[in-house]
Amino acid sequence: MTEYVGMVFVVASLIAIFSLTAPNFFQVETFRMTANQIPEVIILAVGMTYVLIVAGIDLSVGSVLALSSAVLGVCLVRYQLPLPVAVAASLGAGLACGAVNGSLTVAWRLPSFIVTLAMLQAARGLTHIVTGQQTQYFRPMIRELTSISVLGLSLPFLIAVAIAVLGQIVLCRTVFGRYMVAIGTNEEAARLSGIDPRRIKLVVFTLCGLLAAVAALAQSTRLGSATPTAGTGFELEVIAAVVIGGTSLMGGRGTVIRSVFGVIIIAILGRGLIQLGAADPTKQLITGCVIVAAVIVDHYRHSFRKAPLPTETPSPSL
Amino acid sequence: MSATQDLLRVNGLSKSYAAPVLCDVGFDLHPGEIHALVGENGAGKTTLARIIAGLTQADAGQMHLNGRPYAPTGRAAAEQHGVRIVMQELNLIGTLTVAESIFIGRIPSWFGFVDRRRLHADAQELMARLRLDGIEPDRPVETLGVGQQQLVEIAAGLSRRCDLLILDEPTAALTATEVQLLFTQLEALKDSGVGIIYISHRLEELRRVADRVTVLRDGKVIGTRQAETAPLNDIIRMMIGRDLNEVQRPAGRACGPVALQVRGLSRGQSVRDVSFEVREGEILGFAGLMGSGRTETMRAIFGADRPDAGAVIVGDGDTPARIRSPRDAVRHGIALLTEDRKEQGLFLPLPVRVNISLARLRALAAFGHWIRPREESAVTRRLADALAVRCSSTEQPVAELSGGNQQKVVIARWLYRDCHVLLFDEPTRGIDIGAKLDIYRLLADLADRGKAIVVTSSDLLELFAICDRICVMSGGHLVATFKRGEWTEGKVMDAAFSGHIGGHAGKGA
Repeated sequence: MTEYVGMVFVVASLIAIFSLTAPNFFQVETFRMTANQIPEVIILAVGMTYVLIVAGIDLSVGSVLALSSAVLGVCLVRYQLPLPVAVAASLGAGLACGAVNGSLTVAWRLPSFIVTLAMLQAARGLTHIVTGQQTQYFRPMIRELTSISVLGLSLPFLIAVAIAVLGQIVLCRTVFGRYMVAIGTNEEAARLSGIDPRRIKLVVFTLCGLLAAVAALAQSTRLGSATPTAGTGFELEVIAAVVIGGTSLMGGRGTVIRSVFGVIIIAILGRGLIQLGAADPTKQLITGCVIVAAVIVDHYRHSFRKAPLPTETPSPSL
Repeated sequence: MSATQDLLRVNGLSKSYAAPVLCDVGFDLHPGEIHALVGENGAGKTTLARIIAGLTQADAGQMHLNGRPYAPTGRAAAEQHGVRIVMQELNLIGTLTVAESIFIGRIPSWFGFVDRRRLHADAQELMARLRLDGIEPDRPVETLGVGQQQLVEIAAGLSRRCDLLILDEPTAALTATEVQLLFTQLEALKDSGVGIIYISHRLEELRRVADRVTVLRDGKVIGTRQAETAPLNDIIRMMIGRDLNEVQRPAGRACGPVALQVRGLSRGQSVRDVSFEVREGEILGFAGLMGSGRTETMRAIFGADRPDAGAVIVGDGDTPARIRSPRDAVRHGIALLTEDRKEQGLFLPLPVRVNISLARLRALAAFGHWIRPREESAVTRRLADALAVRCSSTEQPVAELSGGNQQKVVIARWLYRDCHVLLFDEPTRGIDIGAKLDIYRLLADLADRGKAIVVTSSDLLELFAICDRICVMSGGHLVATFKRGEWTEGKVMDAAFSGHIGGHAGKGA
């Protein structure tokens, strides 16, 4: 638990600062609104955390989200399919994109940066083709979903929290989670320990694609429509959140909960700055600074532990 | 004291990092002499060499070069005095050509443009002088084999004024032909009056080149002997401070049934038609020079690299095991403990617990997925205790442990996996002597418990101490097998060189 103290402190200070400086910030409505805006980023952050832990990266999540949401919209609007079928098709699209990312990365040992960069383009193109560049409006068809809420928190937010909790448990308590960390720490050592890193990585990328589709559903529920340009730039926002949460781009280190804190920090920062009347460029500038600050803090947090011994010193322990 | 005839004289040199590395070291070198420095890892050889070469400064003590006080403040200062060092790790930039590497820092130029013709000619002349004309000066360094890269580095050291040359483990990466080439070179340098400090832990080499041998242990000079006349056993005793006989295995131990058979295993040029078997309770050694194919054989058996041909049979049957990946090998009860623990064995930032449990995590997990933390802690603590791993707790990252303890952690992983055949590739590399003896005892212990053990090592004496049988590899072939009592250093070395004579001409891939 101690590892979350810092994150809680940052969130609390942000809230304190904005409550003191921005009028009408410290209100239930502010938090409710913020919470209902972030489910898709939380869901994407879970997948991204996994991918970064196995020392990969997924740049395609924004486009895959758009494609999944396009598939949902087209199924509902153009083909008038029942909601469960449309949802399944949408999830299938995300899963397929993730599986392609994973297979290409694993089979040809390509850097996932390149593979998912290609997917970022391809899925976006496909989205435009599928939708015929038209926004699909389907709010009436999902009315029963949009109406669900607990204490003003929307269904997508509740699902996102559930996914994050589950994601954290899988990461720290299951064999699969341990294998991910091992592979991200030292892939060759993992392979020589009898683990098949390819299989694990394939699952991780596929899962990330599937979660992008789930995020698409969350976003569609909120917006009631699917735009071909949905999720543009999401990949960077998600990576920023995960990195603020202290996940290493080099693999092997990170937790889902901290990534969620990262999402929350960016969201509160954004909301607070809006209420202060800051323009978008100012917001971006400040977010950039926060990312760098987070990484520097993280660097110091870890450099305390591993001060490597000079190799020539005879080991004192024996 | 006839200071005039010494090229270098070192008195009372001391140096400490976290712990003392050198205490009150005295050393001297005559012109035209090859003086070998030997000792275990961590004995202080490299530190002494670095101080002489100006890479590090001593805390106390004096040095005299040609009778004058000598205290280099850096590598450049030492080089101005004609003192050069060629280090163990390669210092080359892969994309530069051989000629550029040799003359780096003073490449002939004409108004800023490289004078390619002169560069080429100078390099060619130097290479011819050093009898390295097999290496083209225009080849990028990275296309050469490691051994040839080392020769280029030595050539670079010799291309400038040099009165005192320090070679730190120069033969570690060389093939037999290249070693021969290097030794011829050293003889020529010696005749021209250059003093050479030669660091090695390969005793067999010393007799061939060195005039005197100085033994370091725990940062102290134990003694200096004439290389030709000193019995090898004396030098070993000086190096390790006790007799290897302590861990010596008795001859004619009875072994159990065959645990692993390897038939006709081949992979590329490095493993050619290798066949052998190992029994339960047996320690089988693999000797051979660098590049003889020992490591590659182990990796091929384990499925880490896919063999081109051959079969691996677990037990004494006839059915080959289907091993296409390390995962398959582990399922068949075979484990490989790699030479490079840090890169290929350990998860350095992760705790001891995670490192030990990894290969058999499913046994600790409910429904095969759900790790039971309490059981994991208990199991790994028990194993760490059984192997006497020194750690503050099993939650300590392995990166913080010493080399010997890290090796024990890897062994613990495979013990927990319950592997029957353990392939150890250089198990004591980079481990200090106390821990080495621990590892030897551990191997003997494992064999006594019925495990089949294969050990490769560059250290013949180590193999002589712990093995029941020794296979010798040369040029990818398994050329000879000796039982305990049959082997001598001469016989093994002859076998180790046999595949290289005339065959491998030292041409890089």
